[in-house]
Amino acid sequence: MAYHSFLLEPISCHAWNKDRTQIALCPNNHDVYIYKKDGTKWNKIHELKEHNGQVTGIDWAPDSDRIVTCGADRNAYVWTQKEGVWKPTLVILRINRAARCVKWSPRENKFAVGSGSRLISVCYFEQENDWWVCKHIKKPIRSTILSLDWHPNNVLLAAGSCDFKCRVFSAYIKEVEEKPGPTSWGSKMPFGEMLFESSEAGGGGWVHGVCFSHSGNRLTWTSHDSSVAVAEGGKTCTISSLRSDNLPLLCVTFITENSIVAAGHDCYPVLFVYDGAKGSLTYGGKLDVPKQAAAKGISARERFQNLDRRASTTQTSEQTIDTLHKNSISQLSVLEGGRSKCSKFCTTGMDGGMAIWDVKTLESAMKDLKIA
Amino acid sequence: MSKNTVSDRFRRVDVDEYDENKFVDEEDGGENQLGPDEAEVDSLIRQGNLMEALQAVLKNPPINTKNQNVKERAEGLVLKVLSSFKSSDIEKGVQSLDKNGVDLLMKYIYKGFERPSENSSAVLLQWHEKALSAGGVGCIVRVLTARKTV
Repeated sequence: MAYHSFLLEPISCHAWNKDRTQIALCPNNHDVYIYKKDGTKWNKIHELKEHNGQVTGIDWAPDSDRIVTCGADRNAYVWTQKEGVWKPTLVILRINRAARCVKWSPRENKFAVGSGSRLISVCYFEQENDWWVCKHIKKPIRSTILSLDWHPNNVLLAAGSCDFKCRVFSAYIKEVEEKPGPTSWGSKMPFGEMLFESSEAGGGGWVHGVCFSHSGNRLTWTSHDSSVAVAEGGKTCTISSLRSDNLPLLCVTFITENSIVAAGHDCYPVLFVYDGAKGSLTYGGKLDVPKQAAAKGISARERFQNLDRRASTTQTSEQTIDTLHKNSISQLSVLEGGRSKCSKFCTTGMDGGMAIWDVKTLESAMKDLKIA
Repeated sequence: MSKNTVSDRFRRVDVDEYDENKFVDEEDGGENQLGPDEAEVDSLIRQGNLMEALQAVLKNPPINTKNQNVKERAEGLVLKVLSSFKSSDIEKGVQSLDKNGVDLLMKYIYKGFERPSENSSAVLLQWHEKALSAGGVGCIVRVLTARKTV
């Protein structure tokens, strides 16, 4: 497990290039820094300065090598590299609140931006005017969109929102693509049509992260009420959810068709296993570097000191956490293997650090861990 | 020029009520929720069957109703059951509950903290400790994020 601490500031968002040699990240300010891997070190090679507010989302299109960024200044920029310099192009999102997340579609001909304006802006490039234009998905979203994920068919879009619901919309843009074939989520997909909405008895919590599986037939989301859920598209759309005993999870991804990795305020990634036949979601285990248990004895002096300070004589000071990340993990990205056979994934968090996790190493380190 | 600056009634206007995009929770039809059965729970306490009393008092939680009296009656009843337990039995009581039961118990515990009476907080704290070890912090997060609670 490799851990690199970039800066002291939290990493608001990050994105990798196609061959995973460069990472673009925002260190909680208005800029995007691009770092290039040099052996075990990371060198900053570019600074993308254009936003007037915190950069809340970055996505790097692997094939067309374009970066899209969105920020709290209600703008989004598409960056293209010309002669080694990244040049921005403004995208008019027509929103009056901050943008919160952005994702390129699988075919990279459009991208979606979720914002606090209670709508999703789906942007595509209009050839005649040489300009990025956008269409809005508004109904029935009633609060900020926190997370987005595209279905592999380039048309369906999953959105997690602060109105406690996870939804699947159609983002079909007739100007840039053919009519899509039917999927397990539905067959009629005009732009803005809602094909799925999660219903949580009792309200649930803000939906922080959403992710489609590799096939697109399964959708998982994490919610602020410390729960994670999986929905399978189909005639009987079944939702299986699991309420965890830990703090809320902020980001989630499929690493195989049945295994889900999520991370959040507990500062370590967690594995969940979904059984499609039984429709059940179970906790798979904590994925973190195991620390040797401190077995040293405690002196009488320390015992009285602990009694004085903390009214208890136990040695373990719970101030230091023994996880790799020292603060909440805010974003997860798959590095190698895709969502069907992920072998490496990356986490960034509020501690300004980035960790790269190797699935094979985790499997052998944690006994009883089965990633199917 | 000489505006009336004496009246400050305008300061008490709740402007959020007039926001056309104000988020309104879905109505869930809670008129029929009456809370746990008082007679049943009382008789179980008198019989000394505290485990059954705990199960009974956690039935029919008045989550969706807007009737405050029903909620207060339910809370009072739960407090009665929790106070009748012996300290050593609390852990067993919590173990007998399923995950939803532990979440619901935690909701009642925090509701009880809101209006402390002579001995209630001490009892509730003991229950809180055991419920926390059973439900973890996730259980408390669900108390905080629940839109409709007891």
